[in-house]
Amino acid sequence: MGLPLILEQTLNGVQFGVFLFLIAAGLTLIFGIMNLVNLVHGSLYMMGAYFAAVAYQWSGSFLVALGVALPALFIVGIVLEMVALRTLYQRDHLDQVLATFGLILFFNQLMIFVFGPASQEMNLPQGLEGHVEIISGAPYPTYRLAIIATGLAVALSLYYLIARTRAGMLIRAGASNRTMIAALGVNIRLLFTGIFGLGAALAGLSGAMAGPILSVEPGMGEDMLILSFVVIVIGGIGSVQGALVASIIVGVVETLGRSIIPFLLERIISNEAAQTAGPAITSMMIYILMAAVLFFRPRGLFPAKGG
Amino acid sequence: MQRAERYRHARRFAVVAGLVVLLVLPFITEAIDEPFYVDLVTRFMIFAIAAASLDLILGYGGMISFGHAAYLGLGGYAVAIFSFYGIDNGFLQLAVAILGSALIALLIGAICLKTSGLYFIMITLAFTQMLYFLGISLEEYGGDDGVNTNRSEFFEGLDLYDSTTFYYFVFGLLVVCVLGLRRVVASRFGRVISGAKSNDLRMRAIGFPTFRYRLIAFAISGAICGIAGFLLGNLTEFVTPEYMHWSRSGELLVMVVMGGTGTIFGPVIGAVGFLLLEEWLSSLTEHWLLFFGPSLLLLVLFAKRGLFGLISPAAGGGE
Repeated sequence: MGLPLILEQTLNGVQFGVFLFLIAAGLTLIFGIMNLVNLVHGSLYMMGAYFAAVAYQWSGSFLVALGVALPALFIVGIVLEMVALRTLYQRDHLDQVLATFGLILFFNQLMIFVFGPASQEMNLPQGLEGHVEIISGAPYPTYRLAIIATGLAVALSLYYLIARTRAGMLIRAGASNRTMIAALGVNIRLLFTGIFGLGAALAGLSGAMAGPILSVEPGMGEDMLILSFVVIVIGGIGSVQGALVASIIVGVVETLGRSIIPFLLERIISNEAAQTAGPAITSMMIYILMAAVLFFRPRGLFPAKGG
Repeated sequence: MQRAERYRHARRFAVVAGLVVLLVLPFITEAIDEPFYVDLVTRFMIFAIAAASLDLILGYGGMISFGHAAYLGLGGYAVAIFSFYGIDNGFLQLAVAILGSALIALLIGAICLKTSGLYFIMITLAFTQMLYFLGISLEEYGGDDGVNTNRSEFFEGLDLYDSTTFYYFVFGLLVVCVLGLRRVVASRFGRVISGAKSNDLRMRAIGFPTFRYRLIAFAISGAICGIAGFLLGNLTEFVTPEYMHWSRSGELLVMVVMGGTGTIFGPVIGAVGFLLLEEWLSSLTEHWLLFFGPSLLLLVLFAKRGLFGLISPAAGGGE
């Protein structure tokens, strides 16, 4: 177990963290500002992947796939908010859980109905199929590096949007006191719809980028959704910054742990016992991490102000 | 007042009628030669136990657990793991199912109950997902393929392999669990739980350590759901991590709400209603979820009080 492998697994972890961040960023804003338990967010990720895969199969171009998936998800998000979710803001959390649970079942089945149960194929984009040798002896797929770069770019733009623009000011104001900014004459419904569309587009971007390296199939969104919950709980509900830090942590711990823990266990206990305990421990790790964070910081690492 | 009286009669009638139907059902299915229905209704009753147990914390305690399927899995694995080593003693398995579920519920509850609202929902979900992945990683017991089990042995003369015997065994446990849960919610303990739901701060101010009360309710609920898991493992003779799948937790929530939260009897009806609907819709089309999903949205928007709510007075009651 040398340095190149650790480096590779760490980068894989960061790249996985980027997928999680793109989902969690929208999710945490929706949780924090609209106080809505939105289980459908994983389905938006899935639909992003499907739209991208279908557009890719039709055009053969990854850029076209992105160009279709992002606006499509923005529109799906807005329509979904206006048709179904808007009525849920005033409801209690149980209602929101049940209604959005129903929507997950619907969207999963819809994908099966339209595209069939088999997974969709999508290739790596042209020009990014190769490897880059970061340090000697550690070639790393260019596409995965591109994902990491995209994630950082999105994080920076989100930071700029939230911290430096008027729309961002309204988002922050909405998070700390919804009633007050409505009273000041801000069209809060429009703001909510906009945020939802943005969150949907980000989830769609995550799904589209996951297309070439993960399998595009019904139900692919739920595991990501639950991991995003863990991310949000660790980062603090409503905090995009927290979502970024927590998704990288969760991504790295999840990925790196899978290779390091069995290796360490073999050193400490017998080989046979390590083979039994290793997978069990690695599968529980991020949840133990979450429990530990909650124990010391019940509102997450970066608790959002107000709310 | 007379209205309330009428509703009470209606509810009592519904409960007694349900009991009678369940009691005589095996005779009817035998008469019309459709033994398949005995197993089907056994399954309904098992989920009824699980849903009723969830209602204790959801309906009375206001704790929205999105991870109740964990205890179905724990109960199931209590059967499976003992059976794997050739130990089919039902008393032992049931005791481990109950105590194990209670213990895990205590641990999970101790962390989750420090939080509330959105955090609580997400964390209960996350911990159940953890147990789900733990189940998958247990290669010894079949991993995600699951593991075959024998039915439990209690004593000479109680043959759980006999469908009708098993049916009445489950029926008996259902009655015991429902009556037990009714006793719990009517007790002083239950009152404290409900009190903490409506105003936790006030309950603490008048001297109740509500955290402890809620944690114990959480554990009782988990333990009873563990019984359901034990029975489900026996019924299917096959235990997989799917018992703990997140969608199973969602389904349990749907059963409770469909039947009516905070009534214990309601979720029993809700479980039967949910599974009947599932059976019926899936016999019509393989894409039944296309209709089922949106109907959940409609249920939430327009029929929040559930089936049992139909025969309960509208305002001022239970809440």
